[in-house]
This record gives sequence, structure tokens and C-alpha cells, in this order.
Amino acid sequence: MSHSPTGTQEVKDRAQYGLCAGLALLGGLLLFDASRIGHATTTNDVVGPRAVPIVLGVALILVAAVYARDIARGGHGEAEEGEDVDLRHPADWKTLGMLAAAFLLNAVLIDPLGWVISGTILFWGSAFALGNRHHIRGLAIAIALSLATFYAFAIGLGVNLPAGILKGIL
Amino acid sequence: MDNLNHLLQGFGDVLTPMNLLIALTGVVVGTAVGVLPGIGPAMTVALLLPITYGLEPTTALILFAGIFYGGMYGGSTTSILLNTPGESASVVTAIEGNKMAKGGRAAQALATAAIGSFIAGTIGTVLIVLVMPQIVKFAVTLGAPEYFAIILVAFVGVSAVLGASRIRGLASLLIGLSIGVVGIDFVTGQQRLTFGIPQLADGIDVVVVAVGLFAVGEGLWVAAHLRRKAGEVIPVGQPWMGRQDWKRSWPAWLRGTAFGFPFGAIPAGGAEIPTFLSYMTEKKLSKHPEEFGKGAIEGVAGPEAANNASAAGTLVPMLALGLPTNATAAIMLAALQGYGIEPGPLLLTNEPKLVWALIASLFIGNTLLLVLNLPLAPTWAKLLRIPRPYLYAGILFFAAMGAYAVNGSPFDLYLLLGLGVLGFVIRRFGLPVLPLIVGVILEPLAEKKGRQSLQLSGGDLSGLLGGPVAWIAYAIVVAVLIWPLLAKLRGTSGGDDDHHHAGTKSEVAA
Repeated sequence: MSHSPTGTQEVKDRAQYGLCAGLALLGGLLLFDASRIGHATTTNDVVGPRAVPIVLGVALILVAAVYARDIARGGHGEAEEGEDVDLRHPADWKTLGMLAAAFLLNAVLIDPLGWVISGTILFWGSAFALGNRHHIRGLAIAIALSLATFYAFAIGLGVNLPAGILKGIL
Repeated sequence: MDNLNHLLQGFGDVLTPMNLLIALTGVVVGTAVGVLPGIGPAMTVALLLPITYGLEPTTALILFAGIFYGGMYGGSTTSILLNTPGESASVVTAIEGNKMAKGGRAAQALATAAIGSFIAGTIGTVLIVLVMPQIVKFAVTLGAPEYFAIILVAFVGVSAVLGASRIRGLASLLIGLSIGVVGIDFVTGQQRLTFGIPQLADGIDVVVVAVGLFAVGEGLWVAAHLRRKAGEVIPVGQPWMGRQDWKRSWPAWLRGTAFGFPFGAIPAGGAEIPTFLSYMTEKKLSKHPEEFGKGAIEGVAGPEAANNASAAGTLVPMLALGLPTNATAAIMLAALQGYGIEPGPLLLTNEPKLVWALIASLFIGNTLLLVLNLPLAPTWAKLLRIPRPYLYAGILFFAAMGAYAVNGSPFDLYLLLGLGVLGFVIRRFGLPVLPLIVGVILEPLAEKKGRQSLQLSGGDLSGLLGGPVAWIAYAIVVAVLIWPLLAKLRGTSGGDDDHHHAGTKSEVAA
């Protein structure tokens, strides 16, 4: 991977241990949840609902351990590439934060205000977060896209999208 | 011959003006979305799922077939015209394709990719017609233990054989299986991993998982690493090929198809290995080996055909066994479940009309694609210049719309963001996405078959062993899992899997 900085990276990627911890935690969660489930087996179902979560929980903890050993010996995963991905820079957390905020705003507002308004906020906000500085043009595209999807999908194809406060106007 | 009659009937069902219009829409939308940089075939299918929600299953599948081949074709256009690495399956096509485009032969590169895709897709679909019913005949005889064992082969295949690192593949698979457990147990009605949240009782919708991992996860990942300067687009006119190009392309198309289909059809095939094999073969057989690395047309024709034939091949296990072996097939399977259709060996018996209509639409979609794409290539190339803020804002916008529309519930949007963050994390740490989505989709089926097997034996673990088919399947699973240990014992281990993979990749790039 001559063009990838991760391929030649000498420093150990310690953040990977966080992922291992997450896997072990998930395993623990499965085991905890399984212990809560009543041991309900019948002649029809000798295995019961607990077996699979227990097997998965144990497997996750084992995999987390082997994974950690792999990291300790210098193993690292290759971060995914793509047409628009430039791995030479560290992750841009500010952009991600703003995107998540726009996304959450949409989730909160979609039922009370309707898809047309919440979708507009989502598109405009995301485009802003990603560096769009043509605010009027961004807003125009956002409104056009929200209206077009609402009419095409909700009214045309019967897809489930709320009209919200614009009910009766749209 | 019986199959041929069924197929003709399928064509009869599909060839109405309305359905043709739908197929055309699928192809156009699929290509347009697939062409957009950063959107691979899997994300194309995931993002376009919601437009099929309101449709009849047959109509939806016709649309889907168009989107499927359109998305595949769109992806290769992107990799030829954009001077940046794209998704793994079209990486090999991009090596020579991009060099050709830079050398002023973009029109020929696109033409050989388009015609090669058509030929590979058509032969691949014919092979589906021939092979799939045979596999179904075999599959309906399988009991629960055999089926369970075959699912395990698929699990091990997607997580340990494909991809760079076994342990990362297995981690991804286990995360997926855990997500699959969420919800009410189908036998006892016990809630598992729902934490008292009522919306989780029905489980996490596979569509939400697919959109979260592929659209939101990918969108967030790219957003965090967005190129300051978008890749340079190579201008292109109407694709065409001279006599010499034809002469050099057609054997490569056929060989590529021969590599691609079988790899797609086995549970651990994928498109990376056959495209790579096709590239190496063409390089060896070419009368112009000196052109390789500078834009050899065989190096585009072969891998592109292999890529498409492998995509057609994945439909065999998907339709015959209900086992997805690539991400796009996984999402299509999720879509089938969404229409209330149960995939598996009984699909062809229970829904013959639907299956044959889907196969007929694959032929039609593939043909429309060729007719449409040769003249439209310059238009598609313009799509590559879309400003990136709008592109990725659009991905999040459509992802949110699609996920909300599944249940009409904002809860799914929070779930979607959570899954998007998971998608980001696994991309960051180089965990493969495919085992995760396959785990989510197949967990209920695997658990059901496993529990049925043990029920038959009264809880004795020997019940899982079943007959010879299961023994062979377990032998494969064990062989794959202990292979690195054996290699180490023989002292032939060449470092860990990751480095090996990086080696093959740079060989391709060299």
C-alpha cells in the first residue's frame, strides 16, 4: 500500500485496544442479559433462549483476547479507502460532530415538524458541516429535495413520511 | 426444459410497458447513484431500498434488478474516470482503466467495461438459470443439521477467508450475530438484549442495519477524511472501440466471466479474488504485456467481466439457499424479507413466479444498461463533479428518509445513527463490513436450524452432526479455522494475514 500512510505506520495504533475492550464489554453484556432470561426449555425446545447469547458472549470475550494479542504483536487493520477518502489527515471530529447534530435534530423534529422541514434542516446542516458556504443555494437545494422526496415518496409511492405542521398545506 | 418454460413465463410477466418503464427507471437510477463517487453498489442498493417500499413484490424486484446491475456498472465508471482508489471490487478494473483514461482512451475503457459487463452479466444470468434449480433440488433435501452446517460455512467463509485478517472478520461477524439476537425469541417469547425498550422487541430491522452501516457509516467515514481537493475527473466522449480493441477484449471478457461466476457462487468467493486472477491471467496471456501498467485494454475487460459475473454468481446461493455472500446480495435478501418473502430452499417452490420474474428482469436490466450507457457516458461523467458537501449531505438525507420509512418511527433514526457510528468504527479499525451484515441477516435462521437439530436429538450435541453433507461442511469450517495453526507448524507462515494482504495489493498496484 504505497499510497497509504497506515501501511508504513511504525507507531502502534493503541486505539485498537479500545475496540477490544468494546468487544469484551459486548460479550459481558450478552452474558449478563442471558443470566436474566428465565431458563425456559421444553421438550419442543431443549436448547432454550439462553444458549445462543451465552455462546456468543463467550466467543466475543475470546475474540477480544486474541485480537488484543494480535495488536500487541503489531497487528493493525487497514482503514478503508475510497474515492473521496484522504487518510493522510487525522479524522475531522468537528465535521463529524456537526453532522451528528444535524442528524439528531432531524430525528427530534421529524414527527412534530414533518419531513419537509426536518429534512431541509438535515440536508442544509450536513452540507454546512461538510464545508458548503453557499448558504442560499444550499437552502434552496435542501427545500427542493425535501419537497420532491415528500411528493414523490409519501404521496406518489405511499412511503411512510410525516407531513407534520405542514399538514393540509402540502 | 421446464426451467426454460418458467423463464419464458417470467419474461411474459415482465415484458409489459409498465414493467419495462420500471426496469428502465431502476437502471437509470441505479447507474446514476452508483456513478456518484463514494457510493458503491451495496450503498446504492441500500439507499434506493425505500423507493420499493410502496410497490408490489414483483414490481419491486424488477426495479431492484435494474438497480443491482446499474449500481455495479456505475461503480466501474467512477473508478475509470476518477484518479483515486475506489471500493475493493473495482480496484483492479481501475488500475488499467484509469491509465487508459489518462492516456486519452477513456472512451475505449468505458466501452470495454460496458460491453464486458453486459456479456458477463448475460452469461452469468444464463448460468443462474441452469445452476440455481439444481442447487434448490439438492437444498430441499437438506435437514436442519445440514442446513445449519452450511450456514456455518458461510459464516466462516465471509469472515475468515475473505478479507485481510481472520480475527477482525470474526469480531465483525460476532457483532453482527449479537445484533441479530436482539428482540423476542421466536420459540419462547423471551425478550433478549431489548433492555425494556419496546421498539427493540421486534428486533432491529435489517434495512436499518444495512442503511446504517453502508450509507451513514460510509458517509461519516468519508466526511471525517474528505479530500481537500476532489479527485480529478477525466473528460470522456461517446464510448466506442476499434477493431483491435474488440479483438483484444472478447477473450478477456469470456475468461473473466469464467473466473467470476464460480467465485461468486460459492459461500466464500467475493469479487476481489476473481478480478485479481483475471488481471494476472490477462497479463500473462497478452500479446502486449508491455502495455500493462500503462493502460492495457485486456486489463479492463477481464476484471470488469469477472466483477459482474461474480455479482451474478452471488445470486445463486442467495436465491437457492437464502445465503448472501456479498454485501449487495445481503441487502437484496433484506429487501425480500421486507416484502414478507421468506428466502431459502423453498423460495423457488413457494414463489416461482417471483423468482423467474426477477431472473427475467436481470436479463432485461442488463440489456437496457448497455443500450443506455454507451450514449449516456458523458452525462454520467458530469455527475462525478458533484460538489462533495451536497453529495454526502444527500447520502445522509436519503439514509434518514429510508430508515424512518421502515416503521415510521423516529426511534429508528437514533438506531441508525448508532449503527452509523458502528460503521465508522469498523472502517477506522479495518474490520470488514460483510461478516457483520451477514451475521445480522442469518442469525435468526442459524439459531432456528441449530435448535431444530438439537430438538431432533433430544438435546444431544450429536444431533448437529446430521449426515455426510454436514460432515463435509464441518470439515471445511475446521480446515479454514485451523489453517493458520497448521501453516505455523510447518514453518511456512509469512507473518500475519494483514501483511500478506497488503503484499498482494501492492503487487496489483505495481
